[in-house]
Amino acid sequence: MMRTRLGRQALLTGWGRTAPSSADVVHAVHPDVVDQAMRIAASEPSAGRGMIARGLGRSYGDAAQNAGGIVVDATWLDAIHHVDFENGLITVGAGVSLETLMERFVPMGWFVPVTPGTRMVTVGGAIAADIHGKNHHRDGSFCSHVTRMTLVTPTGSIELSAQSDPDLFWATAGGMGLTGVITDATLQMIPVGTSYMLVDTERATDLDDVMGKMVSGDDGYRYSVAWIDCQSTGSRLGRSVLTRGDHARLEDLPARLRQDPDKARAFHPRTLITVPITPPSGLLNPLTVGAFNELWFRKAPKHQTAKPHHMTGFFHPLDGVGSWNRLYGRKGFLQYQFVVADRYGETVRQVIERLTALKLASFLAVLKRFGPGDPGPLSFPMAGWTLALDLPVGYHLLDSLLDELDQLVMGVGGRIYLAKDSRVSPENFAAMYPRLDEWRAVRHRVDPDGLLRSDLGRRLGLCSDVNTEPGHLRPGPGTGQPAPKKKRAPAKKRALPTPIPPTERTSS
Amino acid sequence: MIDAIGRPQSLLVLGGSSEIAQSIVAKMVPARCRTVILAGRVGPRLSAAADLARSAGAEVVETVAFDVTETANHVVFADDVFDRFGDIDVVLVAAGVLGDQSVDEHNPVAAAEVIATNFGGLASAMLAVTDRMRRQGHGRLVVLSSVAGQRARKANFIYGASKAGLDAFSQGLGDSLEGSGVRVMIVRPGFVVGRMTEGMDPAPFSTTPDAVADAVAHGIESGATVVYVPSVLRWVFAVMRHLPGWLWRRMPG
Repeated sequence: MMRTRLGRQALLTGWGRTAPSSADVVHAVHPDVVDQAMRIAASEPSAGRGMIARGLGRSYGDAAQNAGGIVVDATWLDAIHHVDFENGLITVGAGVSLETLMERFVPMGWFVPVTPGTRMVTVGGAIAADIHGKNHHRDGSFCSHVTRMTLVTPTGSIELSAQSDPDLFWATAGGMGLTGVITDATLQMIPVGTSYMLVDTERATDLDDVMGKMVSGDDGYRYSVAWIDCQSTGSRLGRSVLTRGDHARLEDLPARLRQDPDKARAFHPRTLITVPITPPSGLLNPLTVGAFNELWFRKAPKHQTAKPHHMTGFFHPLDGVGSWNRLYGRKGFLQYQFVVADRYGETVRQVIERLTALKLASFLAVLKRFGPGDPGPLSFPMAGWTLALDLPVGYHLLDSLLDELDQLVMGVGGRIYLAKDSRVSPENFAAMYPRLDEWRAVRHRVDPDGLLRSDLGRRLGLCSDVNTEPGHLRPGPGTGQPAPKKKRAPAKKRALPTPIPPTERTSS
Repeated sequence: MIDAIGRPQSLLVLGGSSEIAQSIVAKMVPARCRTVILAGRVGPRLSAAADLARSAGAEVVETVAFDVTETANHVVFADDVFDRFGDIDVVLVAAGVLGDQSVDEHNPVAAAEVIATNFGGLASAMLAVTDRMRRQGHGRLVVLSSVAGQRARKANFIYGASKAGLDAFSQGLGDSLEGSGVRVMIVRPGFVVGRMTEGMDPAPFSTTPDAVADAVAHGIESGATVVYVPSVLRWVFAVMRHLPGWLWRRMPG
């Protein structure tokens, strides 16, 4: 097998640990390496398999995999380029993690504008997935806070902002890396007084209760999310714990912190425990998950207001457990996250009902109300309800169940989140994202030969390895012609007279 | 690509008119497998298998001439298929002949032919396709072996030996593919009631092409390396392998 000199062959999966594939992993120790890798992708021997950037591998499915091609490990692009403390504008390499940003800048009074349920994502990945957080109803998704970025495309490196080239900027927001490799970006951070949150927690008895509380009260909070017990049925269907809050100012904190401002601003996350091995699949079953859900629900206070919590516990409770994805065992797991418009809250109920009817255990079920989406044609968030469900692979009806959920979601104009997806069909995906052709046109403009490829792109028909377009023969950046793939004429074959006795029963 | 739940989007069958292969196609196509390439001896049986794949809903169905024993053509065959159709998620190795032991025992040429088809020819074809699968960095090679290869019976040792060879080859090939993204799954059915065994008395723990198809689909999802159909045969043969010779020779059939 031909291998590039830059890379090293590695087997990759997403966070769900499903569908492994092998690629040449190239460490982007400098942005120049990205150019270099793109040239290699454009030429033999890797021609035909393309390249994609990978950050910390937190996409659940196959977004940051590129079977047989090049995967650029962008976590090496970890420089802090420029910091404007006055205005909270920071320019960093695309491989800088949100954790690093918090560690460096929270003590200085600046927090990331959007954080998902884990800090272990890179800035580049956050843009490529246009991630959202508990503050989406107020602040929108990540790319709304990106003022500029450098995007390396097969047609050249581009200084990109929503003003300079809105089509490309928004095609890159949520474009899953298929419009180019982001090498650095400038973020508008938000000012915070401390590393603590003031959190209101309340229990909701059922789905109507929690949705009602979110509709009426979310506007009063910067951050809001509900954890749902997906195993409760009947009158308790959708019972949940709603946590909402905002950043705490120094004067909001108890005396021991107020008197120690350094401590009140400290951000030193620790991994409390790491799952050392992969236990057998089935550890997270209806019984254990049920016990956990019961415990979690009862542990939550019935009603508690303005309780100070550190950011790490409020935003990223699971980051305290290293490699928690191993808990799902060898077969791995997936996350099903969808969004439907506000008036289709009933769809959320139908989905939970389907799960409880099958007694399928979802360890984590999170409900959130989105504000309006941004202009990205593949960006996931839109105004409405989003529900995210972690589900172990191995349940024999999982495929048909999720196809059924797709139908429910599509039926009301909803969609699923590509960063979480590992199983949607190309047809359903295209139906969920009606602006797909718009996105394809922008991608074609910067990547006419389709060099940017991923397993997700292959699975969903966003990119192809069979090059039939005339654009295939155009040169890559700064290189000569990539050699066209030779098509061998189908070999002539003859059906041999079988030497096996005629009494033979054959199956071939 | 094979998705997280083990559903492939493209399938190449070596031995496209095999009855078990048809059951597998019939199971995979409704589960999103849109490209089905049936390789085998061109003729009415292969065309009929293609029609079945089409009626099941596959978008791209092609038949490709393929002769297991024409090993000189295998590389060209594999290149042609992978160049024309792009990534192949699953290659199903289903070609094979049963032979007629009572006749073949006294016909060394026929016996060698069974072994050349079931083992030598397929070994060549598997190397040709895995070379391409290695380059695409993903995929599953599903090999229809047989419990007959677990311990040869006197009544069926030519076929059994050919499957034993295929089985061992597949296991070693699978190990050599570690880390390449390509995985091998060996399927060891018991007696499969169907065309191949027409007129024979079913052995205990017999199975059907549909049951084999279910086991294959489940095996792809769970990432299995060896699948017995029915699954109880795993334990049956764990014992059978160690029976003393005098007892094994008395086994019926």
